[in-house]
Amino acid sequence: MMRSEWMIRVVVIVFLLGIAIFFLAQWDSFHGYWQRWMNGGRQNEIPLVIHARIPENGGWLPDELQAVAGTPLHLRLTSDDVIHGFAIGQMDLPAVDVEPGKITEVTVRFTRPGTYTFYCTRWCGANHWRMRGTIIVNGGEEVNPQPEPPLYVELGLDIDAPHRATNIPQVKPSPKRGAELSLLLAEYQNERYYRSHSPEEIWLHLKEDPRMPGLTDEQAWDVVALLWKQQTSALELEEGKGLYAQNCAACHGETGKGDGVFAHERMTEHSRTENSANNQRSEVKTTDFTDPWGMLSASPAHLQGKIIRGGMGTGMPMWGTIFTDDQTWSLVNYLFSFQFNFEE
Amino acid sequence: MMNFKKPRIELTQNSILKNILKSRYPQTAIVTFLLGGFLVAILTGLLGTPVGNRNFGIVFVWIVWWAVLILIAVPFFGRGWCGVCPIPMIGDWLQRGWIIQPVQRGLRSMNLRFPKRFRNMWLQNFAFILVALFSPVILTTPSVTSLVLIGMVIAAVGLSLVFERRAFCRYVCPVGGFIGVYSQASPLELRVKDKGYCAVCIEKPCYNGSEKGAACPWGVFPAGLTKNTYCGLCLECLRSCANDNLSLNLRGFSSDLNHPSARLDEAYKAFIMLGSVLAYAYVFMGTNGWVKNAAYQAFSLEWLLYVVAFLFITLLFLPGLYWLFNLPFSGIRPAGESGNKKAIFSAVRKRLPKKAFSALSAPIIPLGLMGWIAFSLSFLFTNANYVLITLSDPLGFGWDLFGSASLPWKPYLSEWLPLLQVTILAIGLAWSSRIARNIAPQQGVSPRGIFLYGFVITSLMLWVLL
Repeated sequence: MMRSEWMIRVVVIVFLLGIAIFFLAQWDSFHGYWQRWMNGGRQNEIPLVIHARIPENGGWLPDELQAVAGTPLHLRLTSDDVIHGFAIGQMDLPAVDVEPGKITEVTVRFTRPGTYTFYCTRWCGANHWRMRGTIIVNGGEEVNPQPEPPLYVELGLDIDAPHRATNIPQVKPSPKRGAELSLLLAEYQNERYYRSHSPEEIWLHLKEDPRMPGLTDEQAWDVVALLWKQQTSALELEEGKGLYAQNCAACHGETGKGDGVFAHERMTEHSRTENSANNQRSEVKTTDFTDPWGMLSASPAHLQGKIIRGGMGTGMPMWGTIFTDDQTWSLVNYLFSFQFNFEE
Repeated sequence: MMNFKKPRIELTQNSILKNILKSRYPQTAIVTFLLGGFLVAILTGLLGTPVGNRNFGIVFVWIVWWAVLILIAVPFFGRGWCGVCPIPMIGDWLQRGWIIQPVQRGLRSMNLRFPKRFRNMWLQNFAFILVALFSPVILTTPSVTSLVLIGMVIAAVGLSLVFERRAFCRYVCPVGGFIGVYSQASPLELRVKDKGYCAVCIEKPCYNGSEKGAACPWGVFPAGLTKNTYCGLCLECLRSCANDNLSLNLRGFSSDLNHPSARLDEAYKAFIMLGSVLAYAYVFMGTNGWVKNAAYQAFSLEWLLYVVAFLFITLLFLPGLYWLFNLPFSGIRPAGESGNKKAIFSAVRKRLPKKAFSALSAPIIPLGLMGWIAFSLSFLFTNANYVLITLSDPLGFGWDLFGSASLPWKPYLSEWLPLLQVTILAIGLAWSSRIARNIAPQQGVSPRGIFLYGFVITSLMLWVLL
């Protein structure tokens, strides 16, 4: 009897210990703790597990990663709550979905050192836009330490200054009608000129241009619309539309009216912060891109500045580390489609 | 009146089954296997994904185990689960000093008697309510589920080292309490064949233990068993009885319920279970977002309101309503009693809150049990799909062991579910009414109040579930 008792003790202990060791080993293997410890410096070769949670519960965990330029960075992404998306700013890597309880594997190779931003691409909650992390990439070829400043900085624009048009069109300006006027517009078609002037400024220039006598107000607006359309392309507008839908629509609304599903929450949150800081009531409205008084007095460079830098206290996030230059301009051009009839 | 002495089929007359049941090896093998599963549930809860429906711990404890328990084990095998439950086993082994040997070595436990004031079901009622109030969090958060399971093992081991026998199972376990009450409705019982043998048996090995079987871990003297509530079906007495005087019997459903006990703690257990299933169905299956949020946000102000409502419904409203429903119909004179109506009413009013009220709670048991079955079918059919998914990827680490990890979620038999639930609740109402018809006259009360109560509760359950 003693023998069978001892045998059963051994079986029970081995069985239970075996289970415990197996699961602990799998857990370690999944997270790569032991491998990372053993491999020392070659940490990039071991997949790193990143948990995604809504920002109120921590956002990305970890939210700061280290990588080496030229060496692939293997990531295992999993969501601990709702569906999230993962993308790295200013890179061509397509966004991937990060589903609850599932694993999405991503391999990234950075060619240049620097600090990159990774972010959530799915509207996971009111603070979705806060869900960002950084990847610090070391090694490799140094990039130009002093990149060219963006146009709005170069122009010295005060993008926080109030702006309001004094003239607005009666009907939505049409590039098609503008083209039908067959005017010579060569000097207006300069990219820098276009980007550094608001539609209203150019409308005024057109109205004052002695080569265009008899141009009515509405015709001048149609020409402005034409000039704006000539600075973009269908492909660029499509890209801008995609970026807007993914990153802006939740606050600014699908139709650009500033009535997105999170507009109110963003305002409420911002007002609360302001109130507690200044002990006074404040209200920050989400920008309405369909409002001609505001939009027609803003130059593309002005909008570029807002997008790159963010709203500085309005709750508008900064996108400078996420969008490439081309993406930013695509988005800016798309924003003017709320004023000009580009689809004709 | 029914004839309560219905025939039994003695299962242990079958020598093969009897030998299997008397051998300690099959039971030890099952317990060890379940202990392994229990360990896997704890480890996956702690180490795996925090997403509940992708975590083995949540899916296998709260979907698979619960469904097996409430749909099969309790209705058909009574305390069958307690006989193989892994939670008290480590404490049991430490207490006894052996795994397979039945003899107690002594000195492994302080062997104290459990405090007298707690030798009832009130601690279990409290433990169940405590778990129930945090259920929305426990049932959806793998790590919390693991901590609850660990806590139960620690409590079971700790109590076994201080008190004699299985104090945890008998007096504390939140699950054991309701299994005990509902096991009265099951068609399986362990009973002595002839109490005459027990009366003259000097050693009482069933209670004190022998080399063949351990002393009853539940502290029950089998000759005194009149209902399943406190028999843990560990089968030790079957092994230890020198006179082979114990048998495992198949009987009619609800045999015990026709002889209801008059204990308020057990009656309250029945009401707590009834109130809990109504609350669970409303929270988990209902569409009231505020209540759902309140139940999930533990320790918030909303949750405190939910707690107050839950406690009010389970501890005051449902028992109070039952008392009120029975009061007008308690005009039926108790057998042999005579006198004016005022005197009878006064007598009933004095009796009803305690003994009669407790005894009258027996019809609540099938009502609650069938309510739990109907409710459990909803989430079983809705979530069964996750069983296949988590089998392939128990930790949510991206494995696909059986090729089912990427199965899309889909509910099963949803078109049949309402019909099934209505049928089950109707059976519960009929069952409850039948017991009411049998037991109410014993307490000098008309069953009409119980019929009405059963109808109201069944209607409420149907409204919540459908």
